[in-house]
Amino acid sequence: MSKLADVLQKNESELLNDWIGEQVASGRRRDLISDTELRSQSGELLHSIGEAARSGNVTDISRSEWSGVRERLSEISSARAKQGFNSSETATFVFSLKQPVFKRLRSELGKDPDALFAEVWNASTLIDKLGLVTTDAFLKAKEQLISKQAEEMLELSTPVVKLWQGIVAIPLIGTLDSNRTQIVMESLLSTIVATNSKIAIIDITGVPAVDTLVAQHLLKTITAAKLMGAECILSGIRPQIAQTIVHLGINLTDVITKASLADALALALQKTGRTVVKTDRANQKSDDKSAADNKDNAEKKGA
Amino acid sequence: MERIPILRMGNFLLVTIQVDMHDQLALTLQDDLTSAISKNSARGVLIDISSLEIVDSFIGRMLANISAMARILDSQTVLVGMQPAVAITLVELGMAMPGVRTALNVEAGMELLRELVSANRLETGDDDSEV
Repeated sequence: MSKLADVLQKNESELLNDWIGEQVASGRRRDLISDTELRSQSGELLHSIGEAARSGNVTDISRSEWSGVRERLSEISSARAKQGFNSSETATFVFSLKQPVFKRLRSELGKDPDALFAEVWNASTLIDKLGLVTTDAFLKAKEQLISKQAEEMLELSTPVVKLWQGIVAIPLIGTLDSNRTQIVMESLLSTIVATNSKIAIIDITGVPAVDTLVAQHLLKTITAAKLMGAECILSGIRPQIAQTIVHLGINLTDVITKASLADALALALQKTGRTVVKTDRANQKSDDKSAADNKDNAEKKGA
Repeated sequence: MERIPILRMGNFLLVTIQVDMHDQLALTLQDDLTSAISKNSARGVLIDISSLEIVDSFIGRMLANISAMARILDSQTVLVGMQPAVAITLVELGMAMPGVRTALNVEAGMELLRELVSANRLETGDDDSEV
């Protein structure tokens, strides 16, 4: 059995105290993790490292006897990623174990420099490897978070709304890339079929910038809708975007464009043979009232 | 040999594609339809592709060709019921079919066809009312 494993086993509680001390000294985030939690995490980890080291293999942590330690480390570091620690804080958690271990080794092997050097080298290699596992797990947890958020954003941002019988609208918000446009196109076309709509309004008020790629995506969607027998109206083109489109030389002459969603809706209603008529509700109410008065009067007269 | 049926409804021809089109079938349809148009002197053709789920560039070009040929034979063509997936595929293949008229379903297609034919008559002054 190597001296390192021996030291880890024998001096577990002293090592733990020193380690916690190191962690506190290196700037522990008191706002993110409590003392008791830190102590239990460190204690469990140290214990499982000691167990694994007893197998005699202290440098190759990819072997099966270290799998428990690897799992525990991954758990701790993904928990830390969610708690809001940054990557160097998470790595320091493991690296701060070095000094206490070196100190113990020195007091045990101080008289034999060769053995001391060999054991320090072993310990250093081991802790470096554990540190790498920690950072990997930390990054993986962060990546998962990002991809989950991106997925949620994709689902959030493409609702197709029915404005009227036979008229649907899709208000686009945010930057359009090929991935999103594909989803927009599919959901718009399937809604056209489902609602039997002759007119689809694509509102780009919430699209911050239109470049050639975005314009191409929009034109594709419009052409696909036209192939299915629905007509598309592009609305919500802001003045800057109109300028950009002309400067880029994008040909939108075959597309009906309107400045606002209201104009587009008015046109859509007109195209489906409907008009919007303003009624004078105030007058209507007073008419009702006077009619009721007249009725009362008539009843009184009758009586 | 497998053929796609062409139904006559007054002045119009109705073609419903219920099977997956392969190249030979499309060519046969092109032959049959052009001869049916000239034989019946049809004024309009309605092609229903709502059951068509797979297209390639050849079938896409065939559909565009058929409607161009019909136009030369003085007959209006309306393509109805294209599936979203088919529309996306055609657009991705770069086939926008600019000359082809489309409608959502057979009902809307018939309406459009009647409009087109009556507009065409007014223009040409052809006024024998036999619709």
